[in-house]
Amino acid sequence: MNPRILEIRKGVLEKNDVLAASLRERFRKAGVLVLNIVSSPGSGKTALLEVTLARLLAQGYRAAALVGDLATDNDAARLARSGASVRQITTSGNCHLEAHMIGDHLRDWALEVEGLDFLFIENVGNLVCPSHYDLGEDIRVVMLSVTEGEDKPLKYPPMFNSSDVAVITKVDLAEAVEFDRDQTVANINSVRPGMTIFETSAKRGAGIDEWIAYIVAQRDALKSPAAP
Amino acid sequence: MHELSIAYNIVQIADDAARDAGVDHVDAVHLRLGQLSGVVSEALWFGYDIAARGTRLEGSRLEIEDVPAVIFCSQCRTEHALESIQQFCCPVCGTPSMDIRSGRELEIAYVEYSDEPAHP
Repeated sequence: MNPRILEIRKGVLEKNDVLAASLRERFRKAGVLVLNIVSSPGSGKTALLEVTLARLLAQGYRAAALVGDLATDNDAARLARSGASVRQITTSGNCHLEAHMIGDHLRDWALEVEGLDFLFIENVGNLVCPSHYDLGEDIRVVMLSVTEGEDKPLKYPPMFNSSDVAVITKVDLAEAVEFDRDQTVANINSVRPGMTIFETSAKRGAGIDEWIAYIVAQRDALKSPAAP
Repeated sequence: MHELSIAYNIVQIADDAARDAGVDHVDAVHLRLGQLSGVVSEALWFGYDIAARGTRLEGSRLEIEDVPAVIFCSQCRTEHALESIQQFCCPVCGTPSMDIRSGRELEIAYVEYSDEPAHP
C-alpha cells in the first residue's frame, strides 16, 4: 500500500461563494442595496423591518424583503402590511439561508430587483450558522436586543466579527432589564473593532431616524457617479 | 446543526475529486479549519461519518488542521495570532485590528488514498 496525495485546495462552501458573488454583481448592476439581517430568535428583526419598510416606502423608496424561517409565513404576513413586496423562504428545518435560496426565490418571484432601492433579507434566527453563508449582500446587520444580555457578542464572535453593522433593539426596555449599554458597546467593539452601532426601539421610534439615514446614505453611495 | 450540511459538502467535493482522478477509495480528507470559521470539530466528525456512507470516502478519516486567527497590527507592523477571538486587538500593544490575515479557513487541502484497490 503506497499512500498517495491528491491536492484539492478548495473552499468547502465554494459553490455558495460563487453563487453569492454572481448575485452581488447582479445587485450592484441594479443599484439595489442588499442587507442581510441576522440575530438570535426573538431579538426583533421583524419589528425593526416593519418600521423600516414603512418609513422607506413613505419616503418614496422601493423596498422589498425576503424572510427566512424554519416554518410558518407569519413574519412575511406581518411585513406585507407595510405595503412592501415580501416573500417568505421556508427552509424546512435548515438553520440558515444559502445563496441558492436567494437566487431561486428571486427567479420565482414576480419582482425585478432592477426596480428596487432596497432588498432586505431577514435570515433565520440563529447566531451561528448564518455567519458562513454569503448571500451577496452589501451589508450584514447583526441585531441584539437589550433583553439578551451584554455578553452576546463575546458568545458569538464569528457572527459579530463577520457583520458590518450592529443594531441594539428594544431600548425602550433597557431600564426594566437593567441593560448595561456601555458594557455591550465595549463587547461589540472588542469582537469587531470600529463597528457602526445603532440603538433603536421599533415600538417607540428611538434611533430609527439615524438607522434610516444610514441605509439611505449607503444606498445613495451605490448609485453615486463613482459606481459604474 | 450546520456541521452536518458542511460535512456533506466536504464529502461531495472530495468524492468528485477522487472520481475525476480515478481514485476508488479515499483513506483520509485533510481539512483546514480556521478559528473564526465557527465550525465545531467534534460535530463535524460526527456528521462526516454519516455523510461519507455509500461514497468513496466511506470509513475514511477526517483530519482537521486548526488554523489560528491572525491579525496584522498597524502599530507593530507585524502579524500576531489573537490571544482570544473575543478580543480583536494586538496581543502585544493592544491596538484594535480588523485586518484579519487568517482564521476564516474552511478548506479541503488534500485527500490521501492508496494506490492499491481498497478491500471490497
